[in-house]
Amino acid sequence: MTGILITSILALAFIVIFQIAKASEYVSVLKGEEKAFQQSNRINAFLFLSFLVLGLVGAWWCNKLFYGKTLFVQPAASDHGEKIDNMLWLTLAVTGLVFFITQILLFWFAYKYQYSEKRKAHFFAHSNKLELIWTVVPAIFLTVLVGLGLYYWFGITGPAPKDAQLVEITGKQFNWLMRYPGKDGVLGRKNYRLTDASNGNALGVDWEDGSSHDDIESTEMHLVVGKPVQLVINAQDVIHDVGLVHFRMKMDAVPGIPTTMWFTPKYTTAQMKEITGNKDFVYEISCDQMCGSGHYSMRGIVIVETQEEYDRWISGIKPQYKTVMEAKAPAASPAADTLKSVSMPPAAKPLAQNLTVK
Amino acid sequence: MSTEITQHSHAATLQTESHGHHEGDHGHHHEESFISKYVFSQDHKMIAKQFLITGMIWGVIGGLFSVLFRLQLGYPDMTFPILEDMFGKWAAGGRISNEFYYALVTMHGTILVFFVLTAGLSGTFANFLIPLQVGARDMASPFLNMLSYWFFFLASVIMFASLFLQTGPASGGWTIYPPLSALGQASEGSKLGMDFWLVSMAMFIVSSLLGGLNYITTILNMRTKGMSMTRMPLTIWAIFFTAVLGVLSFPVLLSGAILLLFDRNLGTSFYLSEIVVKGEILPNEGGSAILFQHLFWFLGHPEVYIILMPALGMVSEILSVNSRKPIFGYLAMVGSLFAIAILAFLVWAHHMFVTGLNPFLGAFFVLLTLLIAVPSAIKVFNWLTTIWRGNLRFTPAMLFAMGFVSLFISGGLTGIFLGNSTLDIHLHDTYFVVAHFHIVMGVASMFGMFAGVYHWYPKMYGRYMNNTLAYIHFWVSLAGAYLIFWPMHYFGLAGMPRRYTDWSNWQSFNMFADANRAISTVAMVVFAVQLLFIFNFFYSIWKGRKVTTQNPWGANTLEWTAPIRPGHGNWPGDIPEVHRWAYDYGKDGREFIPQTEAVSDSESKH
Repeated sequence: MTGILITSILALAFIVIFQIAKASEYVSVLKGEEKAFQQSNRINAFLFLSFLVLGLVGAWWCNKLFYGKTLFVQPAASDHGEKIDNMLWLTLAVTGLVFFITQILLFWFAYKYQYSEKRKAHFFAHSNKLELIWTVVPAIFLTVLVGLGLYYWFGITGPAPKDAQLVEITGKQFNWLMRYPGKDGVLGRKNYRLTDASNGNALGVDWEDGSSHDDIESTEMHLVVGKPVQLVINAQDVIHDVGLVHFRMKMDAVPGIPTTMWFTPKYTTAQMKEITGNKDFVYEISCDQMCGSGHYSMRGIVIVETQEEYDRWISGIKPQYKTVMEAKAPAASPAADTLKSVSMPPAAKPLAQNLTVK
Repeated sequence: MSTEITQHSHAATLQTESHGHHEGDHGHHHEESFISKYVFSQDHKMIAKQFLITGMIWGVIGGLFSVLFRLQLGYPDMTFPILEDMFGKWAAGGRISNEFYYALVTMHGTILVFFVLTAGLSGTFANFLIPLQVGARDMASPFLNMLSYWFFFLASVIMFASLFLQTGPASGGWTIYPPLSALGQASEGSKLGMDFWLVSMAMFIVSSLLGGLNYITTILNMRTKGMSMTRMPLTIWAIFFTAVLGVLSFPVLLSGAILLLFDRNLGTSFYLSEIVVKGEILPNEGGSAILFQHLFWFLGHPEVYIILMPALGMVSEILSVNSRKPIFGYLAMVGSLFAIAILAFLVWAHHMFVTGLNPFLGAFFVLLTLLIAVPSAIKVFNWLTTIWRGNLRFTPAMLFAMGFVSLFISGGLTGIFLGNSTLDIHLHDTYFVVAHFHIVMGVASMFGMFAGVYHWYPKMYGRYMNNTLAYIHFWVSLAGAYLIFWPMHYFGLAGMPRRYTDWSNWQSFNMFADANRAISTVAMVVFAVQLLFIFNFFYSIWKGRKVTTQNPWGANTLEWTAPIRPGHGNWPGDIPEVHRWAYDYGKDGREFIPQTEAVSDSESKH
């Protein structure tokens, strides 16, 4: 019923607008085309000027409404993010200046040089001097932007510091899995054919590799404040993207091609709660590459904390290898031995065979 | 001097001959059947109209899709039972399902980018304007030209059919990145819908190549006597570069699409490696998902210039005609088009800064991308100088041309943010990108297309469109474009990701619900006003005010020397000869001097 009502109202509006439009055409014929043209020309010229004024007011109003909701009002949570913010402000200043100058000229000219019987258009076909000016001046500004941009870019994408904490993050439809290297600082080898989520090996870790035995898996990313972190980024099914909006960082997760990025978190989650005045503040990982119907819900959590808090957290988690082996042989519980043995533990054999058959 | 005269007269004979030949070929003009005149027509003007009207139908479909998904974004908590009546399981309970949302977004992008702004824009104006403005009776190969439309039609049918598949049309975004688009297990839209998408695009590419080769050949070989390259209107220059871009880059997309078809159906591993999807371990190893992105963007980036450049050309022409002034810096305008065309091939990887691309390689793409700002700046300043001290007539076409310049500035400047890899890390795939490309490529090119339609409508149909409706169309569209996309820059600066159906579960992105509602409302109004334009278009074909003079805008270019309703062959007698460039407006106190008028001795030089 409401559908019919809305449709008929719309249709009525259409008819009214159309009738007015048609009538105005008849009027213009009666009044004389020239006179009607001059009148509508004046109206349109005035509208251009109004659009400029309203547009500037609107831009100011929009800024008032939304500025506080952007990331401009909170500091970047990583050292790289600070560089990115600097670059953002510089670019904003340069482009903002050009924006206002050119838009004001455009709409002002529209009003100022509107048709008049008295005016003769000024024949002005080219001027090498002018054209040289607006080739060279933008080129100089762009050189500055490119120069600074690339300086930051190489800093951000350059090699991670030697002492960086290593964290592996893997995306799959539609969540994130983290892996930490444990005491040895090395992440165990993986083979995607070993992936078996129902048997505790969601990441396809090769348990034959001894360095995998102390690796810790988690669905949360824990980082230490002030300590550089290097992420090793993987995807299992389709392309995802690790978006860390507060750190201003982003990197795709591509199946078959591991990627990396590094940064240094500057504030703990607790500190950010104070800075933003939002007690619910949490660092979020958003998937920023279209990955299927659940793309919008692919959310992860980063917790930035002090070294002590981190140590407490990580020591409370059992290495994944241990968990899997205990599940395989719950009665014997030989975990302490197999943890140290580099060779294939007997318990893992059926698991591997099982997978290869599949 | 004497040799020149002989050459000229020789050329004249040739032309008369070809003219006579032509008349012989088509002596049966008057008995042309409905089929050969309106359906399988080989007349470039009819083919242009076919492209335009097909493009408009697609425009309505693509626009309607955006209204549908804006319902979800603007009113995430509301239900619309009517949607369930219309779309069944896709909108169960009156809410747009996630699969449906992504299908709508994907088809909106595909339709608008390829079917409306490539075929509808280039197809229409290249076909309509090239022969009329260079002084030719038709395209170099009218038959290939006809095929070009019918391949486009075939592509349209296949794409349209995909909307009705049980598993839905493609839904992985218009960029169809594999593995998502390669694996039916990963998404409903990657089942049969994706095959339809790929086959449809293959047909589309064939259409585009047939058209493009024809455009290039006609511009290079069939210009009338005196129409040297540097006397061509800027529309033709723009279309020429557009066609070159298309011919060189579309085949790369075709290869990318075919490899994807192989991966999907023949078990190859071009793009697939080490994949576990929904617990299933796939055997594919050694492929590269990034390879597809290189192939895609090698077309995809030139594609945005394929969309934009015809608009750049038409806007230059329309601004000059309605300012009653020559276009400022003609050669710089041609040069900047050329620079943009060259650079268009060298910047594709700026879409891939965060894919793990080698940062050193990325640096070159930053440099080349930001270089595009220089020719773009030249164009903007030249347009501003063109209207400066002009005598501006705000015809509907002129309004849209002015709107185009404003949007081109707004959207172009945000490109300087995104082309800078440092900022792209932060802004990539946020709403900042959505705002940027919708303004500069979407709305701006659309404005260029509207400007072209309003300006050449009298030539197409011998009637005018209604001015009052056109003014409403313009002012609502311009205000609407800024109201919709301006706030999205702020969304992007808050880091809000694009292609999300719902942000309410996010702590970082849940604060723009009000703004989204406002945007959705404006989007519906703007869409309704486009329907007004379409109504105006079709109504005026039969009922519009009749054109009574051959040259209603007082323009210099050749199409206005043809009869009000030109037949197949365009000029009844000899093809006019050209003596000057197309922009002698306001010269020596004269309002305008058509290209066909010989240069007199008393004329001032410029």
